[in-house]
Amino acid sequence: MDFYLGLAQIIGVHTLLGLSAYCVLLTGQVSLAQAGFFAIGAYVAAMLTVLAQWPLVPALGASAVVTGAIACAVGFPALRVKGLMLVVATVAFGEAVRLFFFNFTYQVRAGNLHLGPHGAEGFRQIRYFPERGWSTFDVMLFIWMVVALVMAGLWWLDRSRVGAVLRAVGEDELAAQSTGINITAVKVSAMTIGGVIAGIGGGIFAHYTTHIEHVQFGVVLATFAITYPILGGLSNVFGTLLAVIFIQGFLIEGLRFMGDWRNLLFGGLIVPALNIRPRGLLDAGATRALNRLLSSKKERSGA
Amino acid sequence: MLDLHGVSKHFGGVRAVDGINLTVARGEILGLIGPNGSGKSTMVNLISGLFPLTSGRIVLDGTDISNVPMHARVTCGVARTFQNIRLFGQLTVWQNLWVAQNSGKQRNQNFARRWFGGSRGAREEIERTLEFFDLAHKCDELAANLAFGEQRRLEFARALSAKPTLLLLDEPAAGMNAEEIDQLDNRIRKMRRDGISVVLIEHHIELVMAVADRIAVLNFGQKIAEGTPAAVQADPMVREAYLGTAKVA
Repeated sequence: MDFYLGLAQIIGVHTLLGLSAYCVLLTGQVSLAQAGFFAIGAYVAAMLTVLAQWPLVPALGASAVVTGAIACAVGFPALRVKGLMLVVATVAFGEAVRLFFFNFTYQVRAGNLHLGPHGAEGFRQIRYFPERGWSTFDVMLFIWMVVALVMAGLWWLDRSRVGAVLRAVGEDELAAQSTGINITAVKVSAMTIGGVIAGIGGGIFAHYTTHIEHVQFGVVLATFAITYPILGGLSNVFGTLLAVIFIQGFLIEGLRFMGDWRNLLFGGLIVPALNIRPRGLLDAGATRALNRLLSSKKERSGA
Repeated sequence: MLDLHGVSKHFGGVRAVDGINLTVARGEILGLIGPNGSGKSTMVNLISGLFPLTSGRIVLDGTDISNVPMHARVTCGVARTFQNIRLFGQLTVWQNLWVAQNSGKQRNQNFARRWFGGSRGAREEIERTLEFFDLAHKCDELAANLAFGEQRRLEFARALSAKPTLLLLDEPAAGMNAEEIDQLDNRIRKMRRDGISVVLIEHHIELVMAVADRIAVLNFGQKIAEGTPAAVQADPMVREAYLGTAKVA
């Protein structure tokens, strides 16, 4: 049972990571900086709860604010470059963050323990949940409450004019400008929202793994982050959720019996998945079909 | 309302637009014609702010907008269409107009309403615009799935949704059939009744001659004639630009 609860935790946190990339991807920007934001969120939240003894929720709030501010600052110069150049620039940012934490040591003595990030060894003893006696189920529930909140917020944002504007910028920047949209402001805002979500996700990640270190936040994690919304499709937030379940639940855990061949099959399955559904697993057509199905059910039950 | 003072755009050694002076009055329809490569589209790109000027000034309602970026010019009241249609293909027809409802008079709506709400007034406005362009039945269709003529109409509608005082139409009749051109003619005349100035670039000479109050003719980036449709049609310089010099046997 604990295995499935743990899996649900992983899926929840990765959904937050994927949604942070989703926001940025809506404006047509492929950003590999999300793992960097995730790392910042993780370290900030963990330092606040462990070293400053903050409760978890305010610590997550603070990490969201810090990460959002950094994402905004990174967004201005980074979003001036486009396409492949942006990919390179954001990979560089992500690696810079990772290497910062590789070198970052800030330890505080607590009794006979040394607490805090310790360079390459990472940040151990983030024992917020065990100290307070949260069971795996409690943690899972907490994670999914946050995921539900973020998804509801993004869903609402998506249905409002903001969603249309973000997508318009992603479709055609020139046409968007010609309708009066300040595309720099829109792209930087999307980056900031993405940063906030990654900050929250990272903060939660730090607390359920209890031990974070720089290697966890490398290019692989950044690739995962951007893969989720691309594979899931950009029609709505549930695409990203579906892709996380598919990748984390099926491709990574479900194929564990295949041993080392798993990684090969992992890549091998994403390629045909995107060939069959080029606009993502949950594309506009699938969404429409689902809507029709749901509304016809409602009509029938109403009649 | 729109005054161009010695507007020039040089691409390297190419003088795409060279020292043009031009005025458009409120509610006036100015036809801009000329052979291929004469600088018509460059003019639209300069007025809408897509390219910076090499020299000269663009003045709209007494304010110099030469250095105002493209998106902010929409707020000043300049909207445009593109020669090769540029819609938001994966957005619905409705959303295409919704996105454009961002400028001009909507600016003074409060922030939350503008970005999240879509007030009833704004919704009704979109419905009216869709009705006017005969697109109401395609409201939820993706823009990419529209027929060519409908896409042209939607782009015109999108430009109009920004509530411009000056509308730049870059070849709106290209690829349209006679009936569609007729409807376009009516819609452009409606702009004049609403007090919107129009700069109409068009190769379809009958349309320009029919709707334009005044016509300016460009050739090699320079204005070679300006006047009423009849006067321009009779101008020997214009005939020469289009047809070449008559050889006297």
